[in-house]
Amino acid sequence: MEVVLSVVVGIMVTASIYLMLGRNLVKFLFGLILLSNAANLAIFTSGRLTWGSPPLIPEGALVPITDIANALPQALILTAIVISFGLLAFALVLAYCAYQELGTVDTDEMRIAEPETEFAKKASRAWRALSGPRDRAP
Amino acid sequence: MTAWLVALPILVPFVTAILAFLAGGSITVKRWISVAGAAVLLAVGLLLIHQVYQHGILVGAMGDWPPPFGIALVVDFLSAIMVAITGITGLAVAVYALAEVDRAEEHVGFHPLFHLLLGGVCGAFTTGDMFNLYVWFEVMLISSFALLVLGSRKAQIDGAVKYVALNLVSTVLFLVAVGLLYGMTGTLNMADLHLTIPQVENQGLVTAVALMFIVAFGIKSALFPLFFWLPAAYHTPSVSVSAIFSALLTKVGVYALIRVFTLIFTQDVGYTHNLLLIIAGITMLTGVLGAAAQNEFRRILSFHIVSQIGYMIMGLALYTPLGVMGAVFYVVHHIIVKANLFLVSGVANRLTGSFELKKIGGLYKSQPFVAVLFLVPAFSLAGLPPLSGFWAKLVLVQAGLEIGSYLIVATALLVGLLTIYSMTKIWNEAFWKSHPDAIEPGTGAVALSRRDYILLTAPIAGMAALTVIIGLWTEPFILLATAAAEQLLNPDAYVNAVLGARP
Repeated sequence: MEVVLSVVVGIMVTASIYLMLGRNLVKFLFGLILLSNAANLAIFTSGRLTWGSPPLIPEGALVPITDIANALPQALILTAIVISFGLLAFALVLAYCAYQELGTVDTDEMRIAEPETEFAKKASRAWRALSGPRDRAP
Repeated sequence: MTAWLVALPILVPFVTAILAFLAGGSITVKRWISVAGAAVLLAVGLLLIHQVYQHGILVGAMGDWPPPFGIALVVDFLSAIMVAITGITGLAVAVYALAEVDRAEEHVGFHPLFHLLLGGVCGAFTTGDMFNLYVWFEVMLISSFALLVLGSRKAQIDGAVKYVALNLVSTVLFLVAVGLLYGMTGTLNMADLHLTIPQVENQGLVTAVALMFIVAFGIKSALFPLFFWLPAAYHTPSVSVSAIFSALLTKVGVYALIRVFTLIFTQDVGYTHNLLLIIAGITMLTGVLGAAAQNEFRRILSFHIVSQIGYMIMGLALYTPLGVMGAVFYVVHHIIVKANLFLVSGVANRLTGSFELKKIGGLYKSQPFVAVLFLVPAFSLAGLPPLSGFWAKLVLVQAGLEIGSYLIVATALLVGLLTIYSMTKIWNEAFWKSHPDAIEPGTGAVALSRRDYILLTAPIAGMAALTVIIGLWTEPFILLATAAAEQLLNPDAYVNAVLGARP
């Protein structure tokens, strides 16, 4: 089971990195959401999986009698989910604000804080001429 | 009792934030609460240094769960120094903000957010638990996000997009690394990790996780090649926010690197610390060269943060008592000087009307006092004697020479020279040449009221005085940094304090 989950984590990370490499801010955020879920799954897997033995102590006993599942990774994941929910909600609103204020979701075109110098403009034009036409997907 | 004492650096900013939030519409009350809270935090920091000096490392088990099961807050010399220095910059910026931050931004919540940020930073400095460290990073991040976009100017949104994106990637990496570390060792307590890491069978895996921490903390502390979010964002918010960011945020990353790579990952020093040394050298160079290409006051300073981070990591990477001591001393010096330079940039902006060096000038002739206030931290940053930066660089260079790392020493000295070049550029453009629009700084449209002038220059003067004091009266500060380095390089005392003496 650990192997299956590890492979799933690997696939999720691959997909998220592919998404995050795009210039589109929204794609980037989807990649990030996927990545943070992959992280949670990785913690879950690295905490070892134990089948059908909930971490419960029977009445009257002070310690569990048999081997039980480790509950700590799930507590960690729960905390991480709550935190990443807040952060990602902020990031999504920020992306929306960026689209409204700057009129684009292409991170290459967000140049207000760091205006392009003349030299950089020439360099990027030369680079574009070399690397061929780029797709302009929204 | 100790548990309360070590929780104070977290409690004070949070209580201040809540009070400032509850103060509602009254800005005057908010301001008083904010300044008072920062002053109390400074007092707490000094008290902690005193207590550590008297009783050794302080440990507080939160909720009375004994470590390694519960979360422990641990204050050693390094933590106490960092809390105190947070208090100093917090107080300076809180006073400065009274005259600098927009009324509208104060209404939206500048003061509560500011103290939440301080709380998150202090939490990261005092915790003794890896996952708890992650949580404090998040507290710090979310308040820094909010502070960064406060005012929602276009440039701020633009900078925030890059800042938020890269920092979120860093937190996810940090989280995965913590998870894998737990999977390998079954513990998250830092002292316990120190004991269990050598017992892990697959030491290659430990090194791999260590590298994940280097990347995660490297993004936070703006190491090469992960620093691009910093110069994209730090010049966009109000000056008070830039100043507190420049002083504290990257230094939390540096603190985390110092803590993790002296306490936990010391099993493969030849690989991890050498890698850090190479990164440190390149970080110094790229930062200072980036600064040389800029023409905006705050963007020059932002790139200099990057180059200065290289020095601190160099001290850690040398991994000798002198090197680590130099790193600690450098962090203290850098926080004071860099925050101060950002504050000066704000004054220059108010007196001349712009941050663009091409559009301003004439400050030396009309405002000689401000010119002096710029020169002190600028010379200190470049490392001219007898200021604090000179001693910080001297210690690091000596540490490098001791173990024969001549290349890094040469880089450090070269970067010092290039720093002077940048500072000279600011001096020539903003202070020496006359104003291009023939405006007399500080008059007419750019006039400053007497109240604003005092509130803006008093914190700068205080921090500049501190730089001079550290420079002229270095002995106690060096001794403190040495004590901190000794504790860092002999983790047994730390482990015993947290887990109790082992047979």
